[in-house]
Amino acid sequence: MIPLHYYLILAAILFIIGMVGVLVRRNFLTVLMSIELMLNAVNINFVAFAHYMDSMTGRIYVFFIMTVAAAEAAIGLAILISAYRNTGTTFVDEISSLKG
Amino acid sequence: MILNLLFFYFAAVIVISALFVIIKRNAFHSAIALLVTLIHIAGIFVLLNSEFLAAVQILVYAGAILVMIIFVLMFLNVTQRYRMFNRQKFIAFLMGIILVGEVLYVISVSAIKGPKGGFNIAKMLSEGNTQAIGRILYTEYLFPFEVASIILLVAMIGAIVLAKKEI
Repeated sequence: MIPLHYYLILAAILFIIGMVGVLVRRNFLTVLMSIELMLNAVNINFVAFAHYMDSMTGRIYVFFIMTVAAAEAAIGLAILISAYRNTGTTFVDEISSLKG
Repeated sequence: MILNLLFFYFAAVIVISALFVIIKRNAFHSAIALLVTLIHIAGIFVLLNSEFLAAVQILVYAGAILVMIIFVLMFLNVTQRYRMFNRQKFIAFLMGIILVGEVLYVISVSAIKGPKGGFNIAKMLSEGNTQAIGRILYTEYLFPFEVASIILLVAMIGAIVLAKKEI
């Protein structure tokens, strides 16, 4: 039997890798992939707690997180296409026309 | 024993390929590393007695979201040489390492307790994983389920409107 702590540590490391990816990368597509990594870390936590607490609620919540992740990816990619069409770049530090 | 080995295999591949996602220069390599990560997370779900969730994970993430990302990637064609990282990269990596240390410490000293629910492994095996999830999703969580469908509808309309050339 694998202890619950192992799953929590795995999810924490995955979340922090995703967070660092969001902070450091310039390419908008890689930032979106890092957000997917963070959402997956949360999913691992939910399923691990649901398994060890003999519950079903955490497993249901993963479905809603997946729904939000799919919506977020679709909207994010649409914004990326729109921004690329208007500015000609996909780097997050070059799309700064709203900066004062 | 075999479960421990499987867990450590999945965990090692998840962490290494997640690192590849954020350090690979070519965004296509990042996408393939993300695919490896997502499939191994489905393996973790199987270890946690959630076979239906593992199937949904592969269908939705590896099947839909990643294909959409790769489609946009080929559409935009951003594979030339460029500066990978923002200016705050050193402080961000440093904060990441510090945060890993903190989280490891907090998780290792905390005792996680709570009331047990009614779905232990024997009940899951007798009722079936998919049946149990479906029964609860359509009775207790019916309203959030409908809200989720509204979210998907709004996202679909929003994506069409945003990506259209002229409305």
